Amino acid sequence: MRKPKWFSLVALLFVLSLVAAACADDDDGDGGNGEGAAATCDADEFGCVEVADGDAIQLGTLLVITGENASLGLDSQYGSQIAVDMYGEVAGHSVELVNEDDGCAPEGGTSGARNLVSNEQVVAVIGTSCSSAGEPAAQITSDAGVVMVSPSNTAPSLTDPATHQPFYLRTAHNDKIQGAAMAQFVGEELGLTTAATIHDGSPYAEQLQAVFADTFTGEYGGEITGTEAITVGDTDMSGALTSVAAASPEFLYFPVFVAEGGLLAAQGRETAGLEDTLFGGADGMLTQDWVDAAGAANAEGTYLSGPDLAFGGDFYEAEFLPAYEDAYGEPSSVFHAHAFDAATMVLDAIAEVGIEEDGSLFIPRTALKDALFATTDYEGITGILTCDENGDCNPGATISVSEVVDGAFERIWP
Amino acid sequence: MRLALPERWSVQRIVQILLAALLLFVIFKGASATLSEGKFTAAAWKSLIVTGLALGGLYALIAMGYTLVYGILFIINFAHGEVFMSGALSTFFVARALNDSGFLNDQPVLSIGILLLFSMLVSTTIAVLLERIAYRPLRGSPRLVPLITAIGASLFLQNTFRGMFGAKVRAYPQIELLKGTVDIFGFVVGKSQLLVIAGAALLVVGLFFFIDRTKTGRAMRAVGEDKEIASLMGIDVDRVIVTTFAIGGMLAGAAGVLWAINFKQVDFFMGFVPGIKAFTAAVLGGIGNVVGAALGGLILGLLEAVAPALLLTGYDVPSPNQLKDVIAFSVLVFVLIFKPGGILGSDEPEKV
Repeated sequence: MRKPKWFSLVALLFVLSLVAAACADDDDGDGGNGEGAAATCDADEFGCVEVADGDAIQLGTLLVITGENASLGLDSQYGSQIAVDMYGEVAGHSVELVNEDDGCAPEGGTSGARNLVSNEQVVAVIGTSCSSAGEPAAQITSDAGVVMVSPSNTAPSLTDPATHQPFYLRTAHNDKIQGAAMAQFVGEELGLTTAATIHDGSPYAEQLQAVFADTFTGEYGGEITGTEAITVGDTDMSGALTSVAAASPEFLYFPVFVAEGGLLAAQGRETAGLEDTLFGGADGMLTQDWVDAAGAANAEGTYLSGPDLAFGGDFYEAEFLPAYEDAYGEPSSVFHAHAFDAATMVLDAIAEVGIEEDGSLFIPRTALKDALFATTDYEGITGILTCDENGDCNPGATISVSEVVDGAFERIWP
Repeated sequence: MRLALPERWSVQRIVQILLAALLLFVIFKGASATLSEGKFTAAAWKSLIVTGLALGGLYALIAMGYTLVYGILFIINFAHGEVFMSGALSTFFVARALNDSGFLNDQPVLSIGILLLFSMLVSTTIAVLLERIAYRPLRGSPRLVPLITAIGASLFLQNTFRGMFGAKVRAYPQIELLKGTVDIFGFVVGKSQLLVIAGAALLVVGLFFFIDRTKTGRAMRAVGEDKEIASLMGIDVDRVIVTTFAIGGMLAGAAGVLWAINFKQVDFFMGFVPGIKAFTAAVLGGIGNVVGAALGGLILGLLEAVAPALLLTGYDVPSPNQLKDVIAFSVLVFVLIFKPGGILGSDEPEKV
């Protein structure tokens, strides 16, 4: 291990130059020229994003765009892109998306959010896809003063007053709505009285099955015969399945994601005690990829809840869907419209609070957040949106239930 | 020093004995509480045991690859999980084609044979290439070097397969013949589980005979003892090493198809966790020891399937199955405390 002396010298010089470069960068940015904008920006707790003349406004997205759940995130990313394309320029600036991956996991949410907030040009973030990624991401973006609007986080905890992060909003439904709707479907429509649930420990699945269980027992007089949990990445589901099968429930609810949902459906069909049990899941599995993961024969007859895509108004059918299908083909999931609404709301708010000066656009961060939280009676595709102080923007969201028939989803309720 | 040594030993012994007593108490209390609660019927326990046997058989098959390579080269081939995945994932496309043409269900036995052969072929090729490209140039270098290379090769293979076939999770085509159950001595066994257990047992026994009885097997053992002397005795060491990797690959390929038939799903990442578990099984049984690997695989599989329900339900743990890996790895830790070389391994401290 004899290295020439000059090697360490070169290495030292290299490190020093890096340090120098990092320090030098700090001098730019704060310059805030122009009096009117400067005063507003100085008054804003998190300052302004300055979009120079001719530069594009950068919107971050933090969605699951790789891996087995990519169909969920890509669908939202395309919806956001359509919104940006249709919106055109905002205050004389074009808009571009900076896409990050949330990995549908806390790790992905953390690293993706850090990447986005470290880019000072990112005005707002559309994301995350999964609630598990949303929890850390909401904290990181809120600490940095970057507003984040999620098109598909549904876990109640994200907008619970006790745990809500100040810069976090969502256009997706709260699972208090989805869990209750599924309980109503099972209790009233199917008329079943016993159910068991399996979740994967993620905030989404765990809270959704809890809301389902509470409503099913509380309002519809049902009985929960068992609650089990698996781990994301497990292959052998027999332990959890055998455990819930002990009571032979009429309904088995596993609102998890693509891979584990597929395994539960496939292995559940062979578990003794579940022969007559009906299966159900939720929007995390409401994609053709899940049918492929379970196998069409195993997926057959499964009930999946999700946002009701029979929106009022013609815009969705007549303009949005054709534009989407032209560019990206059939939607792979069900949150593209929520992403469209989220992106359009953000762009409206930027237009509202942005200050133009000498061709540059100054966007005060806190004012942008306040403008989004002040959204009332906003006519989106997904309904009339009004954001409350905890960031829930879609209190009137409706849920529909689809059944897998011949390997495809068929809307059956309401 | 000489005087201090026995004293230190005795303290260690006392701690070990206390620990063992505590463990037995915890296990006994949990199990008896679970059994008296009566949540699971006898049939449910039996089905968990069968599941555990199938899982254990698969672990054992994969563990052979780790233990054979370690026995001869003293390196841990962490890319072995990917050898397993490569067979399972590429065979998916053959299985789908057979299924679409109807051949899969017309000639199920022949089809399973084709799938096994194809998967073994792919996995063997990958394993041999790994040896040739990633390990042979590094033979004789410090032991950490091939270990890091193995991790690199594992990531490379994972992402190559992801690039070629995508990240989608795919349901493995199901064979009608393997649907349903059979009754064996009161145990209700799924036909696919039966295939897995029988296939794994057959292959493992075959491997024992191969190593014990054939000339190549003897050469493998000789190379494991001492490479230089083996080569002086006229054994082509390179050839033996390639053979070892090929056998490991073959078993992993067979395990890939059996895994896919049993759990009904394949994707590019499917090799990672089974790889780690099989390595654990090899260490549990005593790495380098073929019988130990089989035993370790079975123990691990049974533990994962049965232990969460048996030990934790009695303590009212809310979702015991989330903790199955905790139990499996705790057992590994405890076994290594009492027998550092694994169940059938030598207890001499190994310098790594």
